[in-house]
Amino acid sequence: MKISARRIEQATILDVTGNIDMANSPEVRKALLQEIRSKRAPRVVLNLTSVEYIDSSGVASLIEGLKASRESGSRFILFGLNESAREVLKISRLLKLFEIYDDEAQAIAP
Amino acid sequence: MAAKHPREKKKPPKTSRAFLLKLKLRSHPTFLCVVRGALEPLMESLGFSGEENRAIIRGVDEAVSNIMRHSYRDCPDKPIDVYCNRLERRANGRSQQGVEILLYDCGPAVDTTKIQARPLDEIRPGGLGLHIIRGSMDAVEYTRAGRLNRLRLVKYVGVSKGVGAHPEEKPQ
Repeated sequence: MKISARRIEQATILDVTGNIDMANSPEVRKALLQEIRSKRAPRVVLNLTSVEYIDSSGVASLIEGLKASRESGSRFILFGLNESAREVLKISRLLKLFEIYDDEAQAIAP
Repeated sequence: MAAKHPREKKKPPKTSRAFLLKLKLRSHPTFLCVVRGALEPLMESLGFSGEENRAIIRGVDEAVSNIMRHSYRDCPDKPIDVYCNRLERRANGRSQQGVEILLYDCGPAVDTTKIQARPLDEIRPGGLGLHIIRGSMDAVEYTRAGRLNRLRLVKYVGVSKGVGAHPEEKPQ
């Protein structure tokens, strides 16, 4: 799995490539919390277009990101979820909890 | 039409199984993707739909993750065996195809009275694995087999209740 950050205006976009599972979800958690808590980014956008699979530990990292963003008053947005990612959020009854868009343009729109 | 005798019981479905695959792996999380990669084409060949295939992979992946995390407490070099059997269930003149996945580990016996999925209305990280396993498979059974933990996961073709359903655990 690879994760990299880029900035477009007020939004920090984290591009993730690969699978998010027990082997690497701590990296996702660390990257999210660094942007939200340490760098105080006002909008953190997670690009999941190139993520094929997310397990429950990956979902837990997303929940931590969401909680941190609520505490710091920032926005945490997901986009590019495939069917597998949507299903794991749905089965965990979390799909409606997250701000989710289909593509990057929608995710960074003011 | 002859009336059924009051003592005549409905015959349970006959289930036959055929061995398909065995994987022996260590309890290191990097092997999770190996299990997923092996199962996906196999389940496709058994006639599972894309949604069912993803459900099986999700259920097995979470179960193996649970073994690594809870049974072996993140110790990365313990043995895990994964067996896949093709199932065929015959009932009322109909045949139903499925798969049985058996996971074995050498960890301490699981106290099933302490296994509880957390309420889903609590928004907090962790504790989702069991929900995901139950919601993805048609049957989930834990047994202690000698010194081994055995988890049996079953999925039948075309029985999917849809994502998010939490079917009751039902012995086959």
